[in-house]
Amino acid sequence: MPQGCGAPAGGAIAPAAAGSQAVVEGKVTRDGAAVSPGYARLLGTGDEFVAEVPLGDDGGFRFFAAPGSWTLRVLAPGGLRAERSVQADYGRVTTVDVTI
Amino acid sequence: MSRSDVLVDADWAEAHIGDPHVVIVEVDEDTSAYDKGHIPGAIKIDWKKDLQDPVRRDFVDRTGFEALLSERGISNDDTVLLYGGNNNWFAAYAYWYFRLYGHDKVLLLDGGRKKWELDSRELSTDVPERPRTSYTAREQDRSLRALRDEVIEAIGKRNLVDVRSPDEFAGRLLAPAHLPQEQAQRAGHIPTARNVPWSKAANEDGTFRTDDELRRLYEGDAGLDFSKDIIAYCRIGERSAHTWFVLHELLGLPNVRNYDGSWTEYGSLVGVPIELGEAR
Repeated sequence: MPQGCGAPAGGAIAPAAAGSQAVVEGKVTRDGAAVSPGYARLLGTGDEFVAEVPLGDDGGFRFFAAPGSWTLRVLAPGGLRAERSVQADYGRVTTVDVTI
Repeated sequence: MSRSDVLVDADWAEAHIGDPHVVIVEVDEDTSAYDKGHIPGAIKIDWKKDLQDPVRRDFVDRTGFEALLSERGISNDDTVLLYGGNNNWFAAYAYWYFRLYGHDKVLLLDGGRKKWELDSRELSTDVPERPRTSYTAREQDRSLRALRDEVIEAIGKRNLVDVRSPDEFAGRLLAPAHLPQEQAQRAGHIPTARNVPWSKAANEDGTFRTDDELRRLYEGDAGLDFSKDIIAYCRIGERSAHTWFVLHELLGLPNVRNYDGSWTEYGSLVGVPIELGEAR
């Protein structure tokens, strides 16, 4: 467990006990290439901010959410953005790959 | 003090790259972003290695702060411009820390690293060398920092602002949703605390909302009594430093303190009251 609250690029590494987590992860690409720098934001009802991670070098991101329905929003230089709906559940890794 | 005295935009930062009286400093918990590219001329401070005591749970003392700034080539007369990732959380924490040790000429870059990147501004991998200085810090200004007994005493009497996400506040998560959820301490929040997530003070690009919007958020929507003292807390004190910056520096409220022990301390204390559930 990190000492701080910072969001590592690409998201934190899933712990060994990932089976108890509600993981949402994926990669962001544009024209087949990874998007980085860029940001992935997890939003709740009414666009309520939940969390944000900078995209990794491979365009990757990972969240450890509470179970439920969320919106994933991606921001990238040049005003690029995209949104996807996502469902998170304990014990499941939900993969959401985004092309912008 | 007004917003322009404490907060500058990216154009201001660009215009002061190379200014001998302005030291640009990137602050983060994970400094690998700095190593891959930073604002030209910026030096780095590692939130954990440089600002935290390596043994005790506390930040470095006055002597340690003096040694750090001297080694990084920052003098008492320099203007320090701070920025970082994570929507400036750790830069705001460092800002609070500079003010705590009496460095008044300190600024925060609005939007931090995120807006700089989203605007596709120049990043450099060159690491500047600054000659060593002999920095002198003042004694810690305790009026800016809250310790645990003061927090317990404040329950029901003063404003307590929990700036974590609603899921952390309610006790459904123990850490932000970008981190694995495994912790020893109990979940929940300090009784009578209002939940105003730090993110409500920021726009999507990481810049701060306007003063009118911020005043409405804390005084109107959250119902804080601005005539009373305010203590802000989160999980480890860096998100609440962001809120401390908003309340104390942008809105100019005099009696605002950051509880840097925050939930990782309070949630591990034996015998203190804890509430669960949504904000009221």
